[in-house]
Amino acid sequence: METWVELFQDSEAMATRLATWGPPSSAAGAEASFGGRVRADLAEEGEVEALRLEHYPGMTEAAMQGLAQAALSRFGLERIALLHRVGELAMGELIVAISVASSHRQASLEALTFVMDRLKEEVPLWKQVRVAGAWHWVDPKASDAAAAEAWCAQRP
Amino acid sequence: MRVLYFARTRELLGAGQEDLCLPEGIREVGELRRHLCGLSPRHALALGDRQGQLRVAVNHHLVGEAHPLADGDEVAFFPPVTGG
Repeated sequence: METWVELFQDSEAMATRLATWGPPSSAAGAEASFGGRVRADLAEEGEVEALRLEHYPGMTEAAMQGLAQAALSRFGLERIALLHRVGELAMGELIVAISVASSHRQASLEALTFVMDRLKEEVPLWKQVRVAGAWHWVDPKASDAAAAEAWCAQRP
Repeated sequence: MRVLYFARTRELLGAGQEDLCLPEGIREVGELRRHLCGLSPRHALALGDRQGQLRVAVNHHLVGEAHPLADGDEVAFFPPVTGG
């Protein structure tokens, strides 16, 4: 059972490292992946030119590790990779990449949703978008908080 | 103790970090926050938390206002997170 958690300064490097992770153990009959990318329509202020992600060195990695461990044990995963960008990103670049493996598909598919929902609530990362040359902080969405909360209510 | 500030909280304060000795009689996070608010108008602006939105971490764990403090702790104040 393996967890791989890492922050990257470069999206291509992040994608390449994930692509070279290799197959899971033969016990895993299922794999699933999620990728989140920078969208141009992210802001009410207007069209997004760039995105910036601030993090809390030490705590961000620790929170990601805790979340990966929680997913591993809650869903009985074979392995999980949780990779996230920090720094400045362009449109379309990969922000976050998650890859999981498990014996059967239900665990893998549910784990992806769980990790994304919890990531948006508990991992110290803060987004800014640049619109017409000015940086604006992105506010969290109420729907994200509700989704994260729902996982606490439905403990297996 | 080290106090760290991130994102909009850091911008409102105008600083990302302060080192200070845990003041006499301050034993919990909420007491520290109120003490810091009294240091300057910018502190009050950054840490006043009228909407109850401010988050606090002690030694890399998210905690509530009643969490106890010890000298040497690393405390961080920040807005709700927006990763993913």
